[in-house]
Amino acid sequence: MTVQSAALTGGSARPAAGACASSQGFVEFVDVEKSYDGRTFAVTRLNLGVARGEFLTLLGPSGSGKTTTLNMLAGFERPTSGVITLEGRSVDRLPPYERNIGMVFQNYALFPHMSVEENVAFPLSVRNITKADIASRVARALDMVRLRQFGDRRPAQLSGGQQQRVALARALVFEPSLVLMDEPLGALDKKLREHMQIEIKQLHMMLGVTIVYVTHDQSEALTMSDRVAVFNNGGIAQLGSPDDLYNTPQTSFVASFIGENNTLEGTVDRISGKECRVALDGGGSVTALAIGVTKGMGCHVAIRPERLKLAPASKGANGLAATVDGRIYLGDHQRLLARLESGQVLTVKVGPETTMGNGEPVTVSFAPSDCRAFPADAGTGGFISKTGEQNK
Amino acid sequence: MSALEPTKLDRPRIARDRSAADAKAAKSVTAKLRRAEFGDRLRSLMLAAPLLVLLALSFGIPIVLLLSRAVYDPTIADALPQTSQALRGWNGTGLPDDAAFLALAADLRDNQAKGTAYELAKSLNARLPGARSQVLKTVRQLEGAADKPPLEVMKGVPFWSAPGTWPAIESGTHSVTSFYLLSALDLRWNADGSIGKVPPEQAIFLQVFLRTFFVAAAVTLATLILGFPLAYLIASVPKGLAAILIVAVLLPFWTSILVRTAAWTVLLQKFGLVNDLLLWLDVADDRLDLMYSRIGLIIAMTHIQLPFTLLPIYSVMRTIPPSQMKAAYSLGAKPFTAFRRVYLPQVFPGVMAGSMLTFILCLGYYITPALIGGASDQLISNFIANYVNVELNWEMAAALSFILLVFTLALFGIFARILGLDRLKLV
Repeated sequence: MTVQSAALTGGSARPAAGACASSQGFVEFVDVEKSYDGRTFAVTRLNLGVARGEFLTLLGPSGSGKTTTLNMLAGFERPTSGVITLEGRSVDRLPPYERNIGMVFQNYALFPHMSVEENVAFPLSVRNITKADIASRVARALDMVRLRQFGDRRPAQLSGGQQQRVALARALVFEPSLVLMDEPLGALDKKLREHMQIEIKQLHMMLGVTIVYVTHDQSEALTMSDRVAVFNNGGIAQLGSPDDLYNTPQTSFVASFIGENNTLEGTVDRISGKECRVALDGGGSVTALAIGVTKGMGCHVAIRPERLKLAPASKGANGLAATVDGRIYLGDHQRLLARLESGQVLTVKVGPETTMGNGEPVTVSFAPSDCRAFPADAGTGGFISKTGEQNK
Repeated sequence: MSALEPTKLDRPRIARDRSAADAKAAKSVTAKLRRAEFGDRLRSLMLAAPLLVLLALSFGIPIVLLLSRAVYDPTIADALPQTSQALRGWNGTGLPDDAAFLALAADLRDNQAKGTAYELAKSLNARLPGARSQVLKTVRQLEGAADKPPLEVMKGVPFWSAPGTWPAIESGTHSVTSFYLLSALDLRWNADGSIGKVPPEQAIFLQVFLRTFFVAAAVTLATLILGFPLAYLIASVPKGLAAILIVAVLLPFWTSILVRTAAWTVLLQKFGLVNDLLLWLDVADDRLDLMYSRIGLIIAMTHIQLPFTLLPIYSVMRTIPPSQMKAAYSLGAKPFTAFRRVYLPQVFPGVMAGSMLTFILCLGYYITPALIGGASDQLISNFIANYVNVELNWEMAAALSFILLVFTLALFGIFARILGLDRLKLV
């Protein structure tokens, strides 16, 4: 927090801003539920803690409840039940304008009738701050996003990326301890989006501000976040660091939503320790890590394309016979489509030098520790939330 | 090759030549572009041509012709050619010489022979109250006493020797006149050639203009007070409900203005529904005079004008995303501050457009004040209509219309100046 103060107030550190950091989350959702119509829930049984200074991303498909969660935190929606606390205090009765939370919107929500400077000055001007103070803080905030020279332009005269930087400056200029971002890069093209991801991440590190970020773009979530909460059907399917989510997904939904995965369907034959033997529906059987499956259960076995090898199976590894069915050239690597005897096609990541023709017979092999068997019907259920878990 | 290569000294000249060549090329591109676009423009103009011709024939030309009557009135000059001639040397003070009297007598006889005496009498009467009967009387005497010298007849009628008579006739002999325009502003030429106010008992128009502007402003304000919250409601409810509400607003809009006005006469009259309701609710002690009163007029006009004010406001409100207010809240603005500093400035062009539309339309109201307003609630349109239909004094009607048009355009200019015409969102 002192870093943020230094950047925005020019060195005059705020009194004991970091003093109240405790083992308890900076933001806590406790058993929060939200229903709009009284019958279905947009958010159910939500327990989530955000640590001070953390970059937490709420990731999920549309309608999964992530934006509702953000709106409840911002104060635009009230939870149907449950409690949200901010720095230990319940914000239940606090209107949005008293929460001191900065927010960045997908469409920027800049005020079109004000200049860039007036936009950035707005949160300061409603806070009874002297004119001279406002001017210097606005100048510093615009310096921070490198838009000082555009101060007297109207938002409509700026490009999308510039507008978003103005929105960032406006949400940060009043030094909120928490900033919410609702798909802020959704309207930008891919190159600019990647550039802005880095810029937001740098601002986060420089200012030490807590950021709760909503997106449906999993690569964005992996790039920027300290932790990611994967939302599905109104609840958190899994909460963890990006590599946790990628390497050890806990449900088949997370496995398929984060990154790319090949999925084989089958039935659990027997369980031995952490591993299980799965009889595939298309014939053959594989050994996989058992993630919440029991004997006789229908399951999904998920394997990352980069974990598949085109080589005869070594001892203890899984091996499936296939034929090459196509090749996608991507410059630094290639994706080979391998058709199994059952007709199912697996994607295999191979080096750029591989030159295999269609119809060539191959063996696709992979280690049991690289594939995970999930219950087949648990694609939507099985919320595993690690409330209050600190980022590593 | 090396011999052809430019030396260092040559370079600036070459650069200059090149930039000149570039400029020339750019110019020719612009010219080409203009030529290419000219065909398109011509085609689109051709498509609009039927409408433009119709507008010119049915709107532009009649307005110009009618308004020109405010300053061009040859009736008297045409009817009194000899008098015009005789008055040319008159200095405008006292009585003219006898030649003028004789010329007038001759002109009056000619008019009687041509059957235009009555028209002349009416035209003179517009400038010279009481002239009608005097002209007709004099004509009769000139006819009846053919043996009497015309000069004697003329001198025998005291009217022709009264002060003010001859200056009025003299001013009438000029075809181009400022008389009507001045009258429309309750002004006139004094005998000494200065412009002054007409006597209070003749001054009516300024008062009528003021009344018209007051009623228009009151109705505009009332529609704004009623329409703004309603527009906000329609803009913020879900689409289906908004469509129903819009239809509800427009429903009266699709009814004839005459029908709506007639409906208000039923509601507002002394033993009408509104009075019944007020009595029943114990709001009023006695039946109110809503009909034939200013308040009834404003109520009825407000009802008719509501959609005109509301729709431009609504169309602007619809374009403001809800995230604008959310952003203002999240940045720490309390609801009223957010409304005043974020919402209102963005809706302002719509508010101005709606208000202007209603205000200007109200300036031209005719049927509603005629049916619901009392004798002292007649607006300028009622006077114009009276001059056109009853008095047959089109010159005065044209002058009043002209003044109204000037006021309206001036107001529009002020609106546009305050707001910038491009920011006016009429629809």
